[in-house]
Amino acid sequence: MVLLIQFSCCYTKNMKKNALLRINKLFVSVIDKPVLYDISLSISPGAIHAIMGPNGSGKSSLAYALMGHPSYAITSGLVLLNGIDIAGMSVHERAKNGLFLSFQHPCEIPGVSVASFLKEAYMAVMGIHIAVADFQKLLIARCEQLAIDPVFIARGLNEGFSGGEKKRLELLQLLILQPKVAILDEIDSGLDIDSLKVVAAGIELARKENPSMSIVIITHYQRILNYIVPQRVHVLCDGRVVESGDAQVALNLELKGYDGFKSINT
Amino acid sequence: MVLKASTPNYVFRSAKGLNREIVTELSERKNEPSWMLEFRLKALEIFESKPMPSWGADLTGLDPEDIYYYIKPIEDQHTEWADVPDKIKRTFEKLGIPQAEQKFLAGVGAQFDSEVIYKNLKKRWSDQGVIFSDMSTALRDHEDIVKKYFSTVIPAHDNKFAALNSAVWSGGSFVYVPAGVRIDMPLQAYFRIDSSQMGQFERTLIIAEPGSFVEYVEGCSAPIYKKNSLHSAVVELVALPGAHIRYTTIQNWSNNVYNLVTKRAVAYKDSRVEWVDGNFGSKVTMKYPCIVLAESGAKGSIISLAVAGKGQHQDSGGKIIHCAPYTTSNIIAKSISKDGGRSSYRGLLKVIKGAHAVQSKVQCDALIFDDISRTDTYPTIDIREDRVDIGHEASVSKISDAQLFYLQSRGLSEQSARGLIVNGFIDAFVQLLPMEYAVEINRLIAMEMEDSIG
Repeated sequence: MVLLIQFSCCYTKNMKKNALLRINKLFVSVIDKPVLYDISLSISPGAIHAIMGPNGSGKSSLAYALMGHPSYAITSGLVLLNGIDIAGMSVHERAKNGLFLSFQHPCEIPGVSVASFLKEAYMAVMGIHIAVADFQKLLIARCEQLAIDPVFIARGLNEGFSGGEKKRLELLQLLILQPKVAILDEIDSGLDIDSLKVVAAGIELARKENPSMSIVIITHYQRILNYIVPQRVHVLCDGRVVESGDAQVALNLELKGYDGFKSINT
Repeated sequence: MVLKASTPNYVFRSAKGLNREIVTELSERKNEPSWMLEFRLKALEIFESKPMPSWGADLTGLDPEDIYYYIKPIEDQHTEWADVPDKIKRTFEKLGIPQAEQKFLAGVGAQFDSEVIYKNLKKRWSDQGVIFSDMSTALRDHEDIVKKYFSTVIPAHDNKFAALNSAVWSGGSFVYVPAGVRIDMPLQAYFRIDSSQMGQFERTLIIAEPGSFVEYVEGCSAPIYKKNSLHSAVVELVALPGAHIRYTTIQNWSNNVYNLVTKRAVAYKDSRVEWVDGNFGSKVTMKYPCIVLAESGAKGSIISLAVAGKGQHQDSGGKIIHCAPYTTSNIIAKSISKDGGRSSYRGLLKVIKGAHAVQSKVQCDALIFDDISRTDTYPTIDIREDRVDIGHEASVSKISDAQLFYLQSRGLSEQSARGLIVNGFIDAFVQLLPMEYAVEINRLIAMEMEDSIG
């Protein structure tokens, strides 16, 4: 298990070596406009990191850049996933290498059933073939774990789903695809307290099944961190990491807000 | 699905172009009754008198003088699969037909060039009085039924190309289903154009007696050849009271074919007609399946899909004419335009005075791949009755970057992601196809995606 770690030169070096996801001096631009500056993070196997910050601070930009969105260009810096440089990889190759992004606003794909989409995704990521009936069994078992009504899997992907249903579906995909590193972009937004508990339990389940999976939780609020306790919390403001620390950072933010950080940067 | 044709052996090929002598010779070679020859000659006059249609797709590249109107292949007709020449079996294999063919072999009537070369009716159907043959055979063996219905739904003067077909028709299917008989398996016919510049003018007539049910499926695929070619079919359906006809077409003509087809059904009391129409290939397609809801309680639906790629114009749609009260109709038209292709929806919804309590819903969805492709909608709605419930919806969409990114983030390549989105878009259409056709369509779409620049 991962211990809370004090930053020190030699420890940092050691941690980088073992990190599952290592981001070093990352700069990102959208259409030549810089959005992220000098981001460095190092996440060990099984670790949970939270990224917090106000609207427009660059949290989702970081998620998109890591996943390889074509509009988010990495202008300099390094992204290593399990020791492999993924910065030049196409989006689907990153997924195959074990990176997963839970979207803040998952897209609707009309007419494509959840089941047929997930089966294709499963085969692509796992690199194996699975029979329709076998996958159906697997999927239904997962639905039960997340309290998802199995009728959903025959529906169009995210088509007419409520906010909470979409988030649960993202989690279903995480459980099916079993990534090495999961970035959860505001998986808690728009959820009532019961849905939040289901989502938190789902994340806990994924961790139990796959203890080496690292998680990056992007959130505005401390609330979900009561259930999924991060080892480290990073605060983003105007595209820069302005503070990193343990879970206490999130608690402090809950009390004081982001205003203090904004003034530092502007 | 395209291939190079091996050299075909032809017994008889008429000269290019068309005149009374060619039509007379064609009819005589088929030993047709005199009324059919007269019908053909009259239709020829109508064809010659009508101008080329100028309201739809561009037909200026089509020269009716530069086409062979009748070719009879050397192989004679066959009723046993074992008797079918290997060369033709190979052709089927190359066409990638197999699954449907393997499974439903017994029900296949296929057309090689202008003649049906293979057909095998399931015995239990013929025991029930079902007739399924090529049109020439039906004219010989069941002249009374053919004469009663032939050209009653689509008269020769309906349009220039219906007139042309009436003059030179050759091949096509005849289906007669006696009252109360429900055929539990789709009747299938595959056909293709083989010889360069050869026109194909098949004529299909389906009569469903009261309370009967039949599903007819035709799929086409064409080999490569050099010059523009013309395909101009006429399909007539007669659904008598309480009958149900579903007619499914998948056409994948090679990209130099002018596909100008007239399809119409008459639906009598409480009957139901469905056109399921998928258009992939051809240079130009003009096809607007029509249903005349002639008596109360009749239902009609037209579900179509058109894919227009580079150099293609799919001008298709549907026509519904409500002639009686308490009739209902439904049109779903889906189109995909890519690589500079153009798809047009051209539709007619007509409700005549006195046809009250009519319900109709029209939905047109267009998917455009890129900025060089085009889609148009030309709906005509003519309602002469107040007490009706009519809905019309149209949508145009593009595959969004957000959708692609989402699917790619789950491990799908860009090509698979596009394919999946397209499959979702056409799902409502594919759902209506027999299983093996659904598989073929998905494969066809995957091939289209591979070829696409997008």
